[in-house]
Amino acid sequence: MKIDSITKLDKWRKEILTKQKAIKTKVLICLGPGCLAGGSDLILKEFQTILKKKKIKDVSIESVKKTGCHGFCARGPMVIIEPLGIFYSKVKKVHVKDIIEKTLQKGEIIEKLLYKDPDTDKIYKEWRKIPFYARQQKIALRNVGQIDPDEISDYIANGGYSALAKILKGMKPEEVVEQVSKSGLRGRGGAGFATGRKWATCAKAEENPHYVLCNGDEGDPGAFMDRCIMEGDPHTVLEGMIICAYAVGSQEGYIYVREEYPLAVVNLQKAIDEAHKYGLLGDNILGSDLSFDIKISKGGGAFVCGESSALMRSVAGEIGEPRAKYVRSVLKGLHDKPTVLNNVETFANIPVIIEKGADWYASIGTKKSTGTKAFSLAGKIKNTGLIEVPMGIKLKEIIYDIGGGVTDNHKFKAVQTGGPSGGCLPADKLDLAVDFDTLVDNGSMMGSGGMVIMDDRTCMVDVSRYFLNFLVEESCGKCVPCREGLFQLHKLNEKICEGKGTEDELKLMENLSETIISGSLCGLGQSGPNPFLSTIMYFRDEYEAHVKKQECPGGVCKKLITYRINDDCNGCMACLSVCAADAITGKKKEQHIIDEVKCDRCGACYAVCNINAIDII
Amino acid sequence: MVKLKINGKTVEAREGEMLLAVMQRMGIKVPTQCHHEAIEPTGNCRLCMVEITKKNWDGWKKYVTSCLYPVEEGLIVETHNDKLFEIRKTILDLQLARSPHTDYVIKMAADYGLDKSSYPAEPKGDDCIMCYACTRICDVLGKSAIAPTQRGHQKIIAGPFGEAPPDCIGCLSCAHICPTDHIKWNDKGNTRTIWDKKFKLIKCKKCGKKTITREFADYLIEKRELPSEYFDTCDVCKRQETADKMGELVVKAREATI
Repeated sequence: MKIDSITKLDKWRKEILTKQKAIKTKVLICLGPGCLAGGSDLILKEFQTILKKKKIKDVSIESVKKTGCHGFCARGPMVIIEPLGIFYSKVKKVHVKDIIEKTLQKGEIIEKLLYKDPDTDKIYKEWRKIPFYARQQKIALRNVGQIDPDEISDYIANGGYSALAKILKGMKPEEVVEQVSKSGLRGRGGAGFATGRKWATCAKAEENPHYVLCNGDEGDPGAFMDRCIMEGDPHTVLEGMIICAYAVGSQEGYIYVREEYPLAVVNLQKAIDEAHKYGLLGDNILGSDLSFDIKISKGGGAFVCGESSALMRSVAGEIGEPRAKYVRSVLKGLHDKPTVLNNVETFANIPVIIEKGADWYASIGTKKSTGTKAFSLAGKIKNTGLIEVPMGIKLKEIIYDIGGGVTDNHKFKAVQTGGPSGGCLPADKLDLAVDFDTLVDNGSMMGSGGMVIMDDRTCMVDVSRYFLNFLVEESCGKCVPCREGLFQLHKLNEKICEGKGTEDELKLMENLSETIISGSLCGLGQSGPNPFLSTIMYFRDEYEAHVKKQECPGGVCKKLITYRINDDCNGCMACLSVCAADAITGKKKEQHIIDEVKCDRCGACYAVCNINAIDII
Repeated sequence: MVKLKINGKTVEAREGEMLLAVMQRMGIKVPTQCHHEAIEPTGNCRLCMVEITKKNWDGWKKYVTSCLYPVEEGLIVETHNDKLFEIRKTILDLQLARSPHTDYVIKMAADYGLDKSSYPAEPKGDDCIMCYACTRICDVLGKSAIAPTQRGHQKIIAGPFGEAPPDCIGCLSCAHICPTDHIKWNDKGNTRTIWDKKFKLIKCKKCGKKTITREFADYLIEKRELPSEYFDTCDVCKRQETADKMGELVVKAREATI
């Protein structure tokens, strides 16, 4: 069935809504990456198997829906029962029978599956009220975790493609660009360039054709926002891109996705095929003059291919290496033609901006960073997961109010924002507002939205070493400062971790960083020394402890620490059994001893001891 | 024409011209490694970096590679200052660690007062400085037989999958353009070896001198639409042939007039 007019789209939407209204109860099962790893696909199957046989009022097999990431990954797998919003967390296959018989059949709540706040012991029945969700505001992620990504009808029912209908009905391309400009939307990929300005430049470019590219390369370790959007709500990416195509006069678009995101590729392809089937992509979209097509371009997962010029080369089938962008890619991009390249999250914001208006969007967030931003919380934080918050929110609100604070009652030490090329901010920066400019002013950056929380068991010198190692491996190797500079910087950092660094070398590292920043060809190199610079800016004392006293205050650097068992040891033998180096000896109920020579400092004993009987010296 | 200022001097340049070309015309010397007139600039070595600003930039400055930066009206360029010296010196310092035995690098580093790298030098050293001159000249020839492969510090120039490049025609352009003589080749008997690939050399039918590889000849015949026997004789013999023919003609012409 081709939807070749806006009237037909509206009619179709009405039909879908009537059909969906008949399904009174909905069971949403999160199939996001975290929950899937916890076996949520088995839970889904179990629901379907049991409901096939059972007849329950207001519940049918159609009530069970698989969704994208619901966000609260720490509590997965999750099952949510709408319209009441009952939130069951850490669900296992064995619980399914109970949920069906008690909750669906009799309306009883299963208390042990509800979320209990570890700090207040308060039990929450409805997901919207849980502090993790209550502080959020979802725009880009509005549908993720709410709809079945495989069903175009779900997207349509939630208002999908109505922004597209709106522009085709009565907005000129210039008006679309103006709305996006007025909304103040800045690119969500990291640099925060004004999206409207980019579109305006491309729209005015005389050369033809114009291309629309979507960057789904998302290479930062610990970041998974774009992945969840592509997997959980692929149509919103398509709609954003179609609107962009209309605004800048393009007929051809590509979504660049890394092959490590196989589900994103599958879901996007399905969405593209469905959109084609219904006439929302292809020639004469919704019966209008707009013709636009989208293809998926799969990347090999190189970090540098998230950089615009490298990405464009990769899409064109060339080697994924950046080029100097003295002529901007918006004018000379893919195949040297005018190209708009936006990140997945940026495109996901577009339909809502068009629908609700630029002024509404600009009223959210701060003056210079409008709207909301999705973040993925990872590391030593209680509520790991995917969130979306208004810009300008304080770091501590994200980490404590939403994130629930640091795990195991340890002390907060630093938060890394902006991925490997971002920076680590210490505890006294927790009052900072999270927006593009404030983060840059404080030696970090927004990046694509990864947030890694570190506690007092972290060594910042080691953190710097880890991320430099990542960048050394991901540098494309084209220009000297990045290839050789980061390589040497990492080697010197490694030396410090081994207690062999000198003060002169610290100086050398700082000078070298300066040349890498100003000398490198692309953003990877220009921000490459950031892990080192931001940690030494805020944690110089730790570097000095390594260099001057050969000590690792975080107790991480293997060459500088020793594990010793203290008098609290009750001889439970737990450490002895996990030690892979056979370095621990002792009898049951007697104090154990670690052989320092045999010990390879893996830390397994330290992790397994629950009475703190092992000291790191 | 575009007017800009380089080191305080106002100069005119053609639109689309790169800064480096203008600087070289003015006699300003900046070190370069990956720059070569025959091939497109790529900006790998970063040594030709200059500082640019404009009157309305409020004192903001930018460091760009002059080989890739097109001239702009009103641009103010500085080619030598402390910061640029530091960038160039650090780059050469880093290269000296990678290529401690490479004369080309040693000489350039010496100009910046470096006789030893500040970083631990690689004992064996690597003559390849990753300037991509070889791959770019191969692209210009239309073969693209070799390319940079791998990433970061592991990056090397090689044929597909690190094997002998199937598209290589043994023309030696890469070896001749290589500034550090890193690309090794040899002619032994009738065989040329380069990139682990062996080629048969053509023998001049007249004098027996070995000329170019069969593959190179076939490629040129096809590309330039030459007669298929064009490379059967060498340049010298071809010239001799022409001279002989001319001589015959002159003799004939003379006979005709008499």
